[in-house]
Amino acid sequence: MPKLCERTANEVAKKIRDKETTTEECVLSIFERVHKVESKVHAFVTLVEEEALEKAREIDNKVSNGKPLGKLAGIAIAIKDNMCTNGIRTTCSSRMLEKFVPPYDATVIEKIKREDGIIIGKTNMDEFAMGSTTETSHFGPTHNPWDLSAVPGGSSGGSAAAVAADETFLALGSDTGGSIRCPASYCSMVGLKPTYGLVSRYGLIAYANSLEQIGPIAKSVYDCALLLSVIAGYDPRDATSVKVRSKDYTFFLKDDVKDVKVGVPKEFFGEGTSENIGKSVWDAIYKLEELGASYSEVSLPSLEYALSAYYLVAMSEASSNLARYDGLRYGYRIKSDDADWSTVYSKDRRAGFGDEVRRRIILGTYALSAGYYNKYYLKALKIRTLIRRDFEKAFKNFDVLIGPTMPTPPFKIGEKIQDPLALYMCDVLTVPANLAGLPAISIPCGFADALPIGMQITAPPFREDLILKVGYAFERNTTYKDQKPPLK
Amino acid sequence: MSVHGVKIGLEIHCQLTSLKTKLFCGCSSDYRGKNPNMVACPVCLGIPGALPVLNEKAVDCAVMAALALNCKVSERMFFFRKNYFYPDMPKNFQISQYDRAGGVPLAVDGYLYIQAGGKQKEIRISRVHLEEDPGKLVHLGAIDESPYTLVDYNRSGIALLEIVTEPDLNSPREARIFLQKLRSILEHLGVFDGSLEGAMRCDANISLAGGTRVEIKNISSFKEVERALSFEIMRQRDMLKKGLGVKRETRHWDETRRITITLRTKEEEQDYRYFPEPDLVPIVITEDFIKEIEAKMPELPEARIKRFVEAYGLPSYDAGVLVGSKALADFFEECVKLHNKPKEISNWMMSDLLRYLYENNLEIHESKITPKHLVEMIKLIEDGVISGKIGKRILPEMVLTGRHPSQIVKEKELIKIDSREKLEEIVKKVFAENPKAVEDALADEKAAHFLVGQLMKETKGKADPQLANQIIREKLEHIKTKKVPK
Amino acid sequence: MKKHHISKEEVEHIAWLARIELSEKEKELFTEQFNKILDYFKKIDEVETEEIPPTYHVLDLVNVYREDKVAPSLPPEKILKNAPKKEKRFFKAPRIV
Repeated sequence: MPKLCERTANEVAKKIRDKETTTEECVLSIFERVHKVESKVHAFVTLVEEEALEKAREIDNKVSNGKPLGKLAGIAIAIKDNMCTNGIRTTCSSRMLEKFVPPYDATVIEKIKREDGIIIGKTNMDEFAMGSTTETSHFGPTHNPWDLSAVPGGSSGGSAAAVAADETFLALGSDTGGSIRCPASYCSMVGLKPTYGLVSRYGLIAYANSLEQIGPIAKSVYDCALLLSVIAGYDPRDATSVKVRSKDYTFFLKDDVKDVKVGVPKEFFGEGTSENIGKSVWDAIYKLEELGASYSEVSLPSLEYALSAYYLVAMSEASSNLARYDGLRYGYRIKSDDADWSTVYSKDRRAGFGDEVRRRIILGTYALSAGYYNKYYLKALKIRTLIRRDFEKAFKNFDVLIGPTMPTPPFKIGEKIQDPLALYMCDVLTVPANLAGLPAISIPCGFADALPIGMQITAPPFREDLILKVGYAFERNTTYKDQKPPLK
Repeated sequence: MSVHGVKIGLEIHCQLTSLKTKLFCGCSSDYRGKNPNMVACPVCLGIPGALPVLNEKAVDCAVMAALALNCKVSERMFFFRKNYFYPDMPKNFQISQYDRAGGVPLAVDGYLYIQAGGKQKEIRISRVHLEEDPGKLVHLGAIDESPYTLVDYNRSGIALLEIVTEPDLNSPREARIFLQKLRSILEHLGVFDGSLEGAMRCDANISLAGGTRVEIKNISSFKEVERALSFEIMRQRDMLKKGLGVKRETRHWDETRRITITLRTKEEEQDYRYFPEPDLVPIVITEDFIKEIEAKMPELPEARIKRFVEAYGLPSYDAGVLVGSKALADFFEECVKLHNKPKEISNWMMSDLLRYLYENNLEIHESKITPKHLVEMIKLIEDGVISGKIGKRILPEMVLTGRHPSQIVKEKELIKIDSREKLEEIVKKVFAENPKAVEDALADEKAAHFLVGQLMKETKGKADPQLANQIIREKLEHIKTKKVPK
Repeated sequence: MKKHHISKEEVEHIAWLARIELSEKEKELFTEQFNKILDYFKKIDEVETEEIPPTYHVLDLVNVYREDKVAPSLPPEKILKNAPKKEKRFFKAPRIV
């Protein structure tokens, strides 16, 4: 009999509504699991057990009084530590914000609370979302529940690991260059990056604002669609948020991919992609064909330049977005600051930021600086246009594009951290969707030596319905969803 | 001061004081007089995760101003980030606009005419754009001596209109005239109230006779402009005289010490790394929108001057002086409403009132005199209660204290002496005490003025001047006719 | 043979622009790493983009506004809550020079 914490969010929500169990029991089950495995996984930076249990009791009250319940009633949710939670420390896994307590809630947090979701804590991440393995965290790395010596992916590694380890039912991550899809793939979870503009960024601590989106990480496609339905929607506080009608994305989950045209970009299966990954994903594509879809190879030649373009744009924006961290209004401040402001700022930022963050800020500053702006930043934005055009062309003939999420299976903690460029290469398959602002999901589709492999499905803007449908059909006809990591 | 080859360009920042909220957030724009750090939110404090959203009224005001300055308004404008660190910057970048690297500001290529040296001169405006105000720094003593800095972000995020001129100004005086005209226009548009502290600040670029350009920052008001520019010109002239070069740098105007000082500690060049603001989308300005704004435009100073000439029969020079500021022009029209004697009122305002204000470095809104009181004083003179001379005397007190003219007259017993009996008495006294003057007056009529003056002195200015004149001449005549030629 | 894209002096200047102090060792290490990374990025020079417009925003949104209506500011205690150094109601910054 599976424990409560091992179930999906949907199952638990139903049990609560049907009064088979109480919210308090569910939350207790979650925290029992947390206390058991957290010392091994290290998914969380901050836990709010007291508050969670209090909220649980409130919801149980609602249930017993027959009051209407929100869509997420009773469901424990973990939040990546770069989204502002009023009164709860938000650190971006950085020494710079170690003591920062936001005075407001991000819009997505407000929405979750309104739907009776229970926030249980803030999850570990790469510092300021800069990384693909959660190894740059100031608080130490998160470990992959499938193999504790392996990386969980990043930068939302804590969120993905927490869901995979049954330490939470749902989690929110953020994705700038693959930071939801990568850890979802490495932890055998479902992770979705929405279309740019679908989910409000108000309250998301910015790394690269023209590229990033908040999205769900879940145990199943249904759970993913459920959380997406809650967080999506226009927000007047975010000038880049789009006025689309709010949808119930679970409505689109049908086990039916007949006549779905799948494009397979050959650039996704290049020399950087390991053989076992390629094989798993192709098997998945054949499976979809079995289920009624058709596939064909396609080429998007500008994808070869996507990684460089991505890093140039992201680092440039980051260098500006992180300028505010100077230790004056909040953040790390050196103790003896009897020097001029410029010197003190430089010391605050040296001590507050880790190596990778400092590298990206400096490189980003360089890419924007006089004499280099055209060569690097502007050039990257032009390549971005080419990539968008390639996708538009492809979507004229295909409904979705499928390929692997990551070029390799999860590697060992410490294996690549000394080589920044090697780590950047991990993002080669995920960055195109960020540059083009397209929705993309990672669905578990296999294992290589017991290490998870994920398949990435990309669709045209605002066609989350397509990727959820295809993902759901695949999930229904395979058994990856029911597999659990060997974590005791 | 006539220093040759002075070239001055101004970079003026005007707060759009008519807006109720800040440029990118809903915080109230009414921050003056509040305790520090009371009017702030995640957006204007630069708290992580906060995002800017543009105030729609700001675009209306800015476009209106740009049109009034004869600029070409852009069809599509973008916001850019200007990246630099400073304690008054909550994000260490300022959301502003740029005219290079793909940036398009609100408007470009405008102009204003000013009257300088008796001639009309065109001052070109290179661009007008929107940007956000930083916070305020408070120092202990002078900026370069304070052991630490206190920061107040109440002002952070207030909407600013930046207006940049070409270096077409050639003296501190011209700069002041230009700023006054600019202020008058913006006030007439209703987008800006120049009487508010800190509402208009400017930076200036000055060079002498083709030498290097120096930037002066932190000029906080009109009054400071002439002072700061004059000082800097003197400083540069001194440097050149001594054979030392003028360094290309940015200097800070210290209001208290009345000098410009250098703040840069490093010889590094500032590189603002402008790039488009990713959190804000472009603004498209259509022909229709511009027509809408044009239709809404209130009466501009030029039009008001014309109207003053036509409606009130004032000479155009006088009208120009009165419309020098909106406050002054409003004051005038208020007076005329109360008492339909525009020429009288204009004379009083242009001579005594304005002179007194100028001498005491006051603007009309800083004085306590009201249209009602000025009109009352004029009426007192017309009704013969006081003389014009007394009017001139009590005007300063009216300006400083805001007291009723009749109150002052009563208290100081300034009522006009116009009884013949009384005056004849005093004339007798004056003639007796000044025999030589009487002789002179008998010989030359013009010399009678001295006697009139003495009479006024005796009566402490209260004598009716016409009657005084008349009596004195009568008496002189009388003496003449009485004198028997030897 | 790796091409030399950025010098140690340039790294120093850029680090100053970004107000991040670096030790001598870090300057050397970063210079080396940057050159490797920029060497990879140089492949973008292969693409012809003369006629291609840059993408600043992936969305086609324009004219997004907010009404000029006052909304409550943060409660005064919250404004200064995270300040590492403050004096009365001011944020306390180091001296200017």
